[in-house]
Amino acid sequence: MTLLSAHNIDVSFGGRHVLQRVSLDLNAGEIVTIVGPNGSGKSTLLRVLIGAQTPGAGQVARTDGLRIGYVPQKLAIDPTLPMTVRRFLDLPVKVSHADAVQALETAGLPDVGHQQMASLSGGQFQRVLLARALLGKPQVLMLDEATQGLDQPGSASFYRQIEAVRRSLGCAILMVSHELHVVMSASDRVICLNGHVCCEGTPEVVSAAPAYRELFGTGTGGALALYRHEHDHYHSHDHDHSHDHKHEAAE
Amino acid sequence: MLDDFLVRAALAGLGTALAAGLLGCFVVWRRMAYFGDAMAHAAVLGVALSLGFELSIFAGVIVTALAMAFLFLSLTGQGQSADAALGVIAHGGLALGLVAVALIPGQRISLDSYLFGSVLTVTRLDLAIIWGGAVIVLFVIWRHWQSLLTATLSPDLAYAAGINPRREELVLTMMLALVVAVAIKVVGALLITALLIIPAATARTFARTPEGMAMIAIGIGGLSALGGLQMALLLDTPVGPSIVCVAVACFMIATISGKLRA
Repeated sequence: MTLLSAHNIDVSFGGRHVLQRVSLDLNAGEIVTIVGPNGSGKSTLLRVLIGAQTPGAGQVARTDGLRIGYVPQKLAIDPTLPMTVRRFLDLPVKVSHADAVQALETAGLPDVGHQQMASLSGGQFQRVLLARALLGKPQVLMLDEATQGLDQPGSASFYRQIEAVRRSLGCAILMVSHELHVVMSASDRVICLNGHVCCEGTPEVVSAAPAYRELFGTGTGGALALYRHEHDHYHSHDHDHSHDHKHEAAE
Repeated sequence: MLDDFLVRAALAGLGTALAAGLLGCFVVWRRMAYFGDAMAHAAVLGVALSLGFELSIFAGVIVTALAMAFLFLSLTGQGQSADAALGVIAHGGLALGLVAVALIPGQRISLDSYLFGSVLTVTRLDLAIIWGGAVIVLFVIWRHWQSLLTATLSPDLAYAAGINPRREELVLTMMLALVVAVAIKVVGALLITALLIIPAATARTFARTPEGMAMIAIGIGGLSALGGLQMALLLDTPVGPSIVCVAVACFMIATISGKLRA
C-alpha cells in the first residue's frame, strides 16, 4: 500500500532550482533512504513531504489522516525556553506516563524524563526526538540526517535502533543521509538525489549505478564492503560484473 | 469599591500584568522583543488617529498595531532585514503619531498619558476593556497552548504534526496587538515591552517547564503592578515607570539568587 507519493516536484529558491521533477513513492513498512551530496535538495524534499515547503510544481498525495513522525536534522531549543524531556514528549499531544517511558525505552534511553533537554548529550537528544516521533504512533517515520554530530559508533547504534523500531512498529521509514555505508545496508530501497533523482533501487543496484559513482566516487564501494559480503565488493569493482550484478539485483 | 481610583488602578494593573506576563513568555521564547516594541511604538500613531477622528482609542490602537505587523511581514518579504524593518516601523510610527497629534485642529492635546501611561485616571469603561482584553488573551493562548509551543520549538515539527505554524504566529501577533491596546493606558506605549519581557525573563531563572515559567511570569507581573502602584503612592512617582522599576528589581533579585544557587 502506498502511504505517501510525490509526483514531479519542483522547488526553486530565488531562481535556483533545488528540486526538479522529483517523484517518490513510499509503501507501508519499507525503509527508503535518500542519499545525495550537500545541497542536493534532500532536506527540502522531506520538508515538501511533511507540508512545510510548498512545491512550485507537482503534487504530494498522502493517505487520509496519515500519521507522520518527523525527526529533524537538529532542533535548537531557545535557552530561554525551559523544557524537560517529559514535557517535550507531551508535544503536540499529551501522553500517559507509561507511554512516555515506553517510547524512551524503544528509542534506547533510560527514563530521563526529569532532565532538561538542554542537559542531554547529542546522542541522547536525537533519541529523545525519535521517542517523541514514535509517540504519535506514526505510519511513516521521517529522519533528516538524524545522526549528524554523532560519532560513527553512535550513529551505527542509532540506525540499529531504527531497524528495531521498524521491526516492532512496522512503520515505513524514510531517511535522509550522507552516511551511505551505515544506512544503505539497512534500506530496502535507496534514492540517489542531486536536484533530480539520479538513480534508485536496492542498495546493490544504486551502489553499482554509474550516476551514483559519479556523485560519490568509487571509494564508497570499499566502505560498503564493510557491511557486505566480500565477493559483492569485488564484483562491484569489476565493470562487466557490476552490470550483471545490477540486473540480478533489479530482478 | 470601583469608585475608588486606587482600586481601579490596582485592578487595571493586575489585568494587564496577567495578559502581558503570559504572552511575554512567547515574546521571549521567540525573540520577538523588538517586534513587540515596534507594535507598541506604532500604537502612538493609532492613538493620534483615534483622537483626530474621534474613534475609540482601544480600536485605533489594535488596528494600527496589526497594520504595522502586516507591514513588517511585507517588508521582510521584500528583502529588508527584520531588524531594519522593525526600526523603520517603530520610530516611523512614533514620529508620525507625534506629528499627527500636533496637526489635529483645536487645542493642543498632550500624548503624555499614552506615552507613559496614566493608570490613576482609568475609568470603569477602561477597566472593562482591560479585563475583557486580558480574558480574551488568556483564553486564546490557553486554547492554542500546545500548538503554539510546538510551533515555537520548530515550525517543521509543527507541520509534520498537522499544525500550521503561520496560523499560530498570526494568533500570537493578534494577541500581541490586543495586549498593546490593553496596556497602553497602564504603562504607556514606551514601556509596554518591559511588562512583556521582564516578568518572563525573571521567571526563566526558576522555571523547569513552559507552564511553570508562564505561571511565575504572571505572578511576577501582578506583584510588580501592585508594588509599583504602592511605590508611586509612597514616593509620588509616575505609576507606569514605577511598575517597571519593581519588575526590574524582581529580575535582579532572581538573577542574583539564581547565581547563588548555582
